[in-house]
Amino acid sequence: MRLAVLDRKLVRDLARMWAQILAIGLVMACGVATIVIAMGSYRSLEETRSAFYERYRFASVFASVTRAPLYMHGEIARLPGVSAVALRVVRTTVLDIEGMAEPATGLAVSIPDHGEPAVNRLYLRAGRLPDADRAGEVAVTEPFAAAHGMRPGSRFGAILNGRKRTLTVTGIVLSPEYVYAIGPGDMVPDQRRFGVFFMPRSAMEGLFDMAGAFNDVALRTHRGADVDAVVDRLDTLLEPYGGTGAHDRSIQTSHAFLDNELVQLSAMAAVIPPVFLFVAAFLVNMILSRLIALEREQIGLLKALGYGEAAVAWHYAKLVLTIAAVGVLVGALAGNWAGRALTELYAEFFTFPFLIFRQSLDLYAIAAGVTAAAALAGAARALWSVVSLPAAVAMRPPAPTRYRTVFSRGTALLRVFSQLTVMALRHLVRRPLRTALTALGTGLAVALLVTALFSFDSIAFMIDTVFFRTERQDATLTFAHPRAPRALQDVARLPGVLRAEPFRAAPVLLRNAHRERRLAIVGLPPEADLARILDRDLEAVEPPERGLVVSERVAQILHLSVGDRARVELLERDHRIVEVPVTSIVQSYVGLGAYMRLDALNRLIGDGDRISGVRVSVDRAALDRLYAEIKRTPAIASIALQGISRDRFRATIEENITIMTSVYTALAVIIAFGVVYNSARIQFSERARELASLRVLGFTKTEVSSVLLIELGTVVLIAQPLGWTIGYLFSLAVVRGFESDLFTIPFVIESSTFAFASLVVLAVAALSALIVRRRINRLDLVRVLKTRE
Amino acid sequence: MAEPIFTARDVTKVYRTGEVEVWALRGVDIDLYEGEMAVLLGPSGSGKSTLLNIMGGLDRASDGTVHFRGRDLTALSERQLTRYRRDHVGFVFQFYNLIPSLTAWENVALVTEIARDPMSPDEALDLVGLAPRMSHFPAQLSGGEQQRVAIARAIAKRPEVLLCDEPTGALDSKTGVLVLEALSRINEELGTTTAIITHNAGIQAIAHRVFTFHDGRIAETKVNATRLEPAEVTW
Repeated sequence: MRLAVLDRKLVRDLARMWAQILAIGLVMACGVATIVIAMGSYRSLEETRSAFYERYRFASVFASVTRAPLYMHGEIARLPGVSAVALRVVRTTVLDIEGMAEPATGLAVSIPDHGEPAVNRLYLRAGRLPDADRAGEVAVTEPFAAAHGMRPGSRFGAILNGRKRTLTVTGIVLSPEYVYAIGPGDMVPDQRRFGVFFMPRSAMEGLFDMAGAFNDVALRTHRGADVDAVVDRLDTLLEPYGGTGAHDRSIQTSHAFLDNELVQLSAMAAVIPPVFLFVAAFLVNMILSRLIALEREQIGLLKALGYGEAAVAWHYAKLVLTIAAVGVLVGALAGNWAGRALTELYAEFFTFPFLIFRQSLDLYAIAAGVTAAAALAGAARALWSVVSLPAAVAMRPPAPTRYRTVFSRGTALLRVFSQLTVMALRHLVRRPLRTALTALGTGLAVALLVTALFSFDSIAFMIDTVFFRTERQDATLTFAHPRAPRALQDVARLPGVLRAEPFRAAPVLLRNAHRERRLAIVGLPPEADLARILDRDLEAVEPPERGLVVSERVAQILHLSVGDRARVELLERDHRIVEVPVTSIVQSYVGLGAYMRLDALNRLIGDGDRISGVRVSVDRAALDRLYAEIKRTPAIASIALQGISRDRFRATIEENITIMTSVYTALAVIIAFGVVYNSARIQFSERARELASLRVLGFTKTEVSSVLLIELGTVVLIAQPLGWTIGYLFSLAVVRGFESDLFTIPFVIESSTFAFASLVVLAVAALSALIVRRRINRLDLVRVLKTRE
Repeated sequence: MAEPIFTARDVTKVYRTGEVEVWALRGVDIDLYEGEMAVLLGPSGSGKSTLLNIMGGLDRASDGTVHFRGRDLTALSERQLTRYRRDHVGFVFQFYNLIPSLTAWENVALVTEIARDPMSPDEALDLVGLAPRMSHFPAQLSGGEQQRVAIARAIAKRPEVLLCDEPTGALDSKTGVLVLEALSRINEELGTTTAIITHNAGIQAIAHRVFTFHDGRIAETKVNATRLEPAEVTW
């Protein structure tokens, strides 16, 4: 088959402009890839999650109580909208795993002796479910089992209700309730130190003195049921039994973290691809306009020869579509690869029995369609000029360009700048829109880097604040039930404990007018050194003698300000409602913070002096002895090791920082190169004749290059503050988008982040300039001067 | 006449494009003297532009020697050629080659900024009769006016040679005469050695000597016993 002559021209044009086409194609590829990655991963995660939830009957309402009788089952099941109910015994325990000095925390959850749980069914990965007739059999969650190399038949120790027991693993399971399993006090999952295990109800009843009772409710509602109404009614039912407030999925930890990830992905899909497609459209517009300006006479000739307007426009549209095709192809391949990698990464953090990897064809069709549309939108104006240019006019040279008399003779500027600089600056001013868009495009590369990397500044700041200024303890020991202050002395006497500070965490429902939130008021002793409250300037403040201190996030949610009287419903004991004045608003990044002085909180609750746990700082040399002692201490229900948590969090962040930095640097390099290289090439093409004239007049190559470099440099420099500003705003939007009851990210961007973003983009700009400079060096003076522009 | 300012001996130039060899110059000998006005005539492709470009340091000879005031141009490096153009040569082209983003005055200043002993841009523009239009951009000037700005730019550095490639090629005869008058005036008042390429035989009458090119060689050299004023020339 022979190509039509116009198509042969197309092929040759493509071959000639390969570098520019590749640069634009790569920008488009980033757009396509991010669509495929973000939307593909969103679908994978979302569909996997809902399939798992559906098949394994994930609960939609959760509640815990101190102790309630099992005969309530009928009453709860009859609540309108409820379809299935599981009344369970759930307890945190300290685990003693062989070969691991530090104690781990285990969450023991009861399952029916026979048959499957009504809600939150288990997926059996290996082995079998525990037999109610055999003592000490449990099923453990897969990540924990994997971290310790446990198989059916393995054994581990646990302190159950004060007695050390040996448990036998019969099965490895996954639960929709613990897709993302995070231990108390941890900020990232640690599969080694936290695990969930399931025991038959009769065994749990015996071990925890819970015969005929439950302390945890999980229920499913009918589709379309009013979940809020169910929550309210359940609360009313459970109130007499120490119900600490029912809630829906939104604050169920595993679900909330998954949601958070989905929000991130949809934010990525909403922000990043448009940035790339916008830049790509602009680049297409730039190179096509230039090509058409250069081929003006050829267009006239084609029309004169009898080619229709549509045929000529189609010829150029095909060029644009070819660029889009390059972008779609590269982007689809990259997106598929990276999407798979990301989905596999999810498998590390989220444990699903199966992973639905959804990158269906329609996703690629959407990406391809959107990309082609963006490319054609960018080309529209140039294509229209092809259509609307009459043949006779096209054959004549274009009207000369008008320059503005800005920087005219006699102005102060002229005395400062040489004629070469004036040339460069006038050229910039001559096409203000293009200059602005070039600066914007380059700025977007800077902004992208700032937005990607600021999170590490914020997280570093958050680590510093959380771990070194507020939660300065090495470990937090939590009791199974609030205990008398004597327990503090017991803990203080443990080996290696340097300092011990008590705290009490009281679950409450905090209300202001019609707004309410379930949270824990933490009571702290005066002059606390390990757990400190920080004011909004991050200065440590004392808990007030009376009154309540709330974090910014809580104040914001409940519309509380200093002096307001918040209504506190005490969920732990008698559901009394008391009014407490808000005395100040403080900073807290993790959870919903509300603080009182320990004695004031105890007076409020009215059950005497009680503490929920103790924070300790520890002599690291004595750690092993401390661990061993804790494993033998029955009263301790769980232990959070902030020291290890800190290290692990750092390690996770550092691992991510390298990946994120390289990925986003690559993306920014592609944008910056696409914009700067193309704009330099086009400037060069437009001004080759001028530059050659300068060479003829005796200007050196360096002097001639400086005209382009000044122009390029000015745009790239303007792009920096522009990029910082956009990046700042993007980052602010990210921080706002992430705010949840789980954590708040402080908004911190270090100047080094701005500097890094700028350095990357400046380096790319310099490289582009060097490539174009080589062309200036190779200018054919004689030939350029012989031709008419 | 005085000393030769240019001495070219057996200059050849071969362009190779792929496997095709094009002989632009096939052994040219020429001397140009101080203050002389020379016209190079000939059909297109006869080699006159190639010779002018080699003398102006824009191109290099394939063989032979070109001396400017005793200095061998063929031995100069790229950098030295740039220096040579900057210090000694003024160019005028058929398509003016003005910088569109600079005004007439600024186009001239472009050169005076880097020249060793320039006249002021105002003086140069005055010499070509364009002082009143000096703050106009090229797009606001007629073809003849643009060419006179180009001449002003070429002479502002007081070059020793002025090389003009078809300076009137894009102009009508009336405007062309104005341009020739400017060139002739500069030749007389500043004593600048001037070489003008043209394929317009009428113009030869203003020259001291006329070289006719044919097929890469100088076919004929003619000395004008009497010269005409540009105003008397018609074409």
